[in-house]
Amino acid sequence: MNPYQFKEKKDTRSGFGAGLLEAGKRHPEVVALAADLKGSVKMDAFAKAFPERFIQVGIAEANMISMAAGLALCGKIPFTGTFAEFATGRVYDQIRQSVAYSNQNVKIYAPHAGVSVGEDGATHQALEDMGMMRMMPNMTVIHPCDYNQAYQATLAVAEHNGPVYLRCGRPEVPNFTDPNKPFEIGKADVLLEGADVTLAAIGHLVWPALEAAEILAERGVKAEVICVSTLKPLDTPCILKSVLKTGCIVSCEEHQFNGGLGDAIAQFLCRTVPTPMEMVGMDDQFGQSGKPMELMDFYGLNAAGIVEKAEKVLERKAR
Amino acid sequence: MLNTTELNATACQIRRDVIRMIHGAKSGHTGGSLGCADYFTVLYFNVMRHNPQAFRMDGKGEDLFFLSNGHISPVLYSTLARCGYFPIEELGTFRKLHTRLQGHPSTQHHLPGIRMASGSLGQGLSNAVGAALAKKMDGDAGIVYTLHGDGELGEGQIWEAAMFAGAKGVDNLIATIDYNGLQIDGSTKAVLDLGDLRAKFESFNWTVLEMNGHDVAEIEKTLNRAKGLCGQGKPVMILMKTEMGHGVDFMVNDNKWHGTAPNDEQAAAALAQLPVTLGDY
Repeated sequence: MNPYQFKEKKDTRSGFGAGLLEAGKRHPEVVALAADLKGSVKMDAFAKAFPERFIQVGIAEANMISMAAGLALCGKIPFTGTFAEFATGRVYDQIRQSVAYSNQNVKIYAPHAGVSVGEDGATHQALEDMGMMRMMPNMTVIHPCDYNQAYQATLAVAEHNGPVYLRCGRPEVPNFTDPNKPFEIGKADVLLEGADVTLAAIGHLVWPALEAAEILAERGVKAEVICVSTLKPLDTPCILKSVLKTGCIVSCEEHQFNGGLGDAIAQFLCRTVPTPMEMVGMDDQFGQSGKPMELMDFYGLNAAGIVEKAEKVLERKAR
Repeated sequence: MLNTTELNATACQIRRDVIRMIHGAKSGHTGGSLGCADYFTVLYFNVMRHNPQAFRMDGKGEDLFFLSNGHISPVLYSTLARCGYFPIEELGTFRKLHTRLQGHPSTQHHLPGIRMASGSLGQGLSNAVGAALAKKMDGDAGIVYTLHGDGELGEGQIWEAAMFAGAKGVDNLIATIDYNGLQIDGSTKAVLDLGDLRAKFESFNWTVLEMNGHDVAEIEKTLNRAKGLCGQGKPVMILMKTEMGHGVDFMVNDNKWHGTAPNDEQAAAALAQLPVTLGDY
């Protein structure tokens, strides 16, 4: 039985929008920049409340990122907002030089990540973004799992000094985390304790991991579910503690295997405690058009997909 | 404030520093560094309001400068040292292991006077626009200056920033183009013709000025005129006519010297044309 319940489904980008408004109230240095997607990225409320602190850049993402670096240099806390693909792949070099290498306090907020963007198709479905951002020195990478956590994470990001990549999603997903729980950057949460297999999930895959744990429980398997949320710095003590107990792990993410959560966990475990591992995610392929949840199902980014990988890794552990 | 004689003497010493630094490292960008020595001297000694003795990263209450064409770092480093940002002896560490004087400007090594990394071209104008907006929000009267190569105008981001600054009236911004007509692969005309730069920037709602980048009096007059144009609703662009390699006869207007270090003989020949004025580091 899943101890977590939700009353409604909400989008993480709206959690960001509410968090940005609150961060704006708390911190006069917070400014927001949009590249013609103010509404889609949920910066409307902030722009309305603080018009003098909202900068409409137009469709010019490179300019937006480098401008944000200049704003940060002079003491502002800029949040840039555009779709994850245009927030990373299009401006990798600007982020690398002006933000990460220059270590400017820029918050790159990137909604519409993953295949759950849906009908727009692969050009708009960022699946490599966390990998690109994670590779850069000085960069923190955060990917909240629901509306409440996105709200709290946004507040935490505003107060954190340093470059941050904040990844969010487009569709409405179960909103189940405690709305009042402050977000701790770099801290993973054990949502369910279990002794047989670890399910380490991030973003939209956290709820399906809880569902998968419920299915596994019916089959007599006790899964431990970890909500990772901060991909970098990865909460390695939490992962390590869990796998020392369970002896195997499945990573779950809406991202390429390359560069994502699975990659980060594998890299850590192979240098500490080599552990049988399986990955739920995109295996070196682009997405396509379709309804968001239809795509999640097609690519196995759901509870059934996680259960399948969990059973596979349990078999390997038994060998 | 330096008089014309002192400005020329300082620029000459900076040119010596440039040659000696690049020769010492056996690597670096000589041509553009020599070509911009007069501009840097006037800007840092007579025009900008800045505080070399108490450098603060956020530059509050000061004018700021961003070097967008980071490869001409030698001329910036020499100018910063000669202004008092750090000891001139440190110029000898340029491009060497553990130096604060990285090949291209870096903040990672905490060199006073450097506020943003540059090297990958086309980003400095955007950095400057962001800083200029922050100053406006804070009611800070500081002006933001940038320098760009002419070849750098091939980068699309320059035009994104130019369009933004013009459209939004970022009028505490004075950009300068090092208009020497040469880039690595040849003349700008041959590589990618710049066309009518004045008309281009004017059509982007900038005020465009022109100056001879090797006449310190004209540079000072033009920069002051640009300052006077601040607060009038438009950013200012200065097309600065220069010679790549200016000051060393065998380097002038030869794109071979864009990114080449002089060997021992060439360095000696170059230094023979640049008398010691302030004393070598």
